[in-house]
Amino acid sequence: MTASIRRVALTMLLLFGALFVNLNYLQVVRADDLASDSANARRLVAEYQSERGRILEGRGADTRPIAESVETRGELKFLRTYDSGPLFAHVTGYSSPIFGRSEIEQAFNEALTGNAPEAFARNLTDLLAGRERAGDAVHTTVRGEVQQAARDALGDREGAVVAVAPPTGEILALWSSPPYDPNELASHDPDEVRAAWQRLNDNSAKPLLNRALRESYPPGSTFKLITAAAALENGVSPEQTFPDPPQLELPQTSATIGNFGGSLCNGGQPISLTQALTVSCNTTFAQLGLELGSEELAEQAARFGFNTEWSFQVPGVATSRVPSDLDPPATAQSAIGQRDVRATPLQMAMVSAAIANDGVMMAPRLVDRIEDTSGRVIREFAPEELRLPGQSTAQAVSRSTANALQAMMTNVVSAGSGTSAAIPGVQVAGKTGTAQTGEGRPPTVWFVGFAPADNPAVAVAVVVPDGGGAGSEATGGAIAGPMAREVIQAALGTTQ
Amino acid sequence: MNPSEAKLEARRRANTELGLLVLALILCLAAYALVGLAREPQLPAGMAGYGGVLAAIAVGTHLFMRRVTPGADPLLFPLAFVLNGLGLVMIRRIDYALAASEASELAPSQTIWTIIGVALMIATLLLSRDYEILDRYRYSIGVAAIALLLMPLLPFIGATINGADLWIRFAGFSIQPGEFAKIGLAIFFASYLAENRQLLTVATNRVGPLMVPPARAFGPVLAVWGLSLAVLVFERDLGLSLLLFGLFISMLYVATARPAYVIGGLGLFAIGGYIAFLLFGHVQDRIGIWLDLWNSDAFGAGQLQQSLFALGTGGVAGVGLGQGHPDFIPIVSTDFIFSAFGEEAGLLGTTALLLCYLLFIGRGYRIALRCRQEFGQLLALGLVTLYALQVFIIVGGVTRLIPLTGLTLPFVSYGGSSLLANYILVALLIRVSTGEVGTRPAPRRRARAESSA
Repeated sequence: MTASIRRVALTMLLLFGALFVNLNYLQVVRADDLASDSANARRLVAEYQSERGRILEGRGADTRPIAESVETRGELKFLRTYDSGPLFAHVTGYSSPIFGRSEIEQAFNEALTGNAPEAFARNLTDLLAGRERAGDAVHTTVRGEVQQAARDALGDREGAVVAVAPPTGEILALWSSPPYDPNELASHDPDEVRAAWQRLNDNSAKPLLNRALRESYPPGSTFKLITAAAALENGVSPEQTFPDPPQLELPQTSATIGNFGGSLCNGGQPISLTQALTVSCNTTFAQLGLELGSEELAEQAARFGFNTEWSFQVPGVATSRVPSDLDPPATAQSAIGQRDVRATPLQMAMVSAAIANDGVMMAPRLVDRIEDTSGRVIREFAPEELRLPGQSTAQAVSRSTANALQAMMTNVVSAGSGTSAAIPGVQVAGKTGTAQTGEGRPPTVWFVGFAPADNPAVAVAVVVPDGGGAGSEATGGAIAGPMAREVIQAALGTTQ
Repeated sequence: MNPSEAKLEARRRANTELGLLVLALILCLAAYALVGLAREPQLPAGMAGYGGVLAAIAVGTHLFMRRVTPGADPLLFPLAFVLNGLGLVMIRRIDYALAASEASELAPSQTIWTIIGVALMIATLLLSRDYEILDRYRYSIGVAAIALLLMPLLPFIGATINGADLWIRFAGFSIQPGEFAKIGLAIFFASYLAENRQLLTVATNRVGPLMVPPARAFGPVLAVWGLSLAVLVFERDLGLSLLLFGLFISMLYVATARPAYVIGGLGLFAIGGYIAFLLFGHVQDRIGIWLDLWNSDAFGAGQLQQSLFALGTGGVAGVGLGQGHPDFIPIVSTDFIFSAFGEEAGLLGTTALLLCYLLFIGRGYRIALRCRQEFGQLLALGLVTLYALQVFIIVGGVTRLIPLTGLTLPFVSYGGSSLLANYILVALLIRVSTGEVGTRPAPRRRARAESSA
């Protein structure tokens, strides 16, 4: 029986060998996948075990948390709360136990969990000393008053507002409407979170979409700033005059371009570039576009960031587009911001800020610094010029071009289509836009601008698609101008 | 080996056992302290009680065995002891984890079962001073085993727990008679096969390359097959059924050295398994979950997923005793205790645990090989194979190597019946091993033993 006992023993040994191999497969080869599987609740419990860092708005002593973690008695120890509800939803983003994170919550997750690379040495000491520490605080550049003004200005209307500080690139407000309440997604009740997620995704108004960064709209007449910039860069002077036909006949086609309301811009008299921008004269800019050509327009637009994939602290900015290599009719239409030209609200705010900043593009910043719980700065994001891929300089236009554009835009608000944005005692510079989106459909209206004109502290872009409820008669001046004014006032009120 | 040499060898073995018991005690106490420190964080309140009970068991049993079973295998009891001790640590740890949702008080009762189990082991050693007594009572034992096996089906005392009818309720206790029936059947098979191996070995027919015994020799195979199927069909216990059949086939193979029985047995197993698959939803579920775990929504898929999550989270080094989430794993104190251990102790821990089992199993086969009596050989072989198969089936099940069938992990899982039965198993193996160093008179050679070779 000895031989057969040995064989049975050997069989058992082989079976155990299979157990060992399988355990090595599970606990070594597949270990990371299994540990990080979304259905593995351990991952969440560990993640929620320590206090996630705060996200704050405001400056100096006047900072206020807009996202915090509070201790609970549940299995997940800390609950993420957003005290202002929807107000900063598209700034902070959400941090959900089921659906992951977005915006700052996602982009600065390492810092918020206390694991920023800069904090490595500190964390090592903490580990050795057995200290527990909450995640680091992310201080945003956003200011609550400006954000609130943007929300109030837009009200229930769909749209977006971006306000930046031209000299530094700080984003003072980033509002996208309709918003959502990130608290609903941060809840620890899985049913509640799933229901909210379903509702938000089913909502045709797309509240989860951050329009300020990720939706692009036809810029309409605000694009004339870029056409004007290209013209000035190519030697046209602000005083140079152009004919004022009732309508511009486009070559190679029977189509024409007319002015708003079908009128003349200057009673049929020759019209200067400054005056053409002031009254937003389509025929002049279409003519300019034809003379410059689509390549030149696209190139100038690219210096502002169009047709370029670039990113800032929060990834996933939609690329604004100006087609090149167009036939003359399309070029003429592009020159007035119609046809296939698309721009994000952030892009137009940056155009405005660059002009305000004497032509220098500053990198937009949503986060100013990261601090630990004791207030020590772990990382600071200093203002820096925006070096776009493919550009050798951050100078989008020359200083003299920028100065000319500043003067022209000041005229728009003091005596042109943008008077609705004027603020007593402050020189506001701006440009309106009213982009036709189709026959009988309400236009997309814009206002971009900055103030004070001689020493710009804030640049804004306001967009309201579908005319903001004012029907097909809506204009940038009537709808978006007053909104921009409120945001600028809020920003200046805090910076004076 | 002359008597003085034998005495010397017996003392050497006893000292080895003592050393191993001390090591095991230190290991278990350290593990217990770690769990307490991770949870409280201070030495757990039950530390003194736990340490006292384990130390008393170790010392008492060792002194007893020095006197009563001189020359016995020195590894078996320390291995059982360390597994039992670590099991108690894990069960205490699970109590901590479940305390939040329900008052879980498994550890105290498992400690009592441990004391009873060791007492039962000592009693078995005393009663089976000459284990051939078991040979003489084989039919009584066989009948009793089958009765135990079928007891859960009786009205009034039968109870269904976790979907299987393997329990009886008696005087306030839930008992799994199947745990004891396995041992009884191993004894009965050993005795039956020792007596009838000649008859079963004669090969009269040739089928291909195989020499095949006459058809009537397959009668017992069919009988055990029927019994296994009955367990499967009437008690819905896949694990026990598989275990009994595997036990019998391996014993039959050793007794006869005829591969035909193994092949025939596997064929019958395949047929039985297929019938069960066709007839029973729960068998189909188990197979379906095994094949496609991550897309399965069958009842029971979640627990296996949780088991694998626990093992994967543990990784190589584990998350540390007391620092994992056994509360995420269903039925963690019995079927899935291995997964909970794997999360906290990692691959290093699971490997060490399996090595303990493997050492035990190796010693068991060594005892079977060195025994000079056929009954003893077959008995040791049967018991150790039973033990090995049980470990393989449950560990393979919770790691998705094979379809999951619920069994306890010997000595580690919570449960009195399993613990008691395994201590009886250890006692019998120790008893068979005492013949090795010649401290007993040379075994009587029986007529049937002489006629075989």
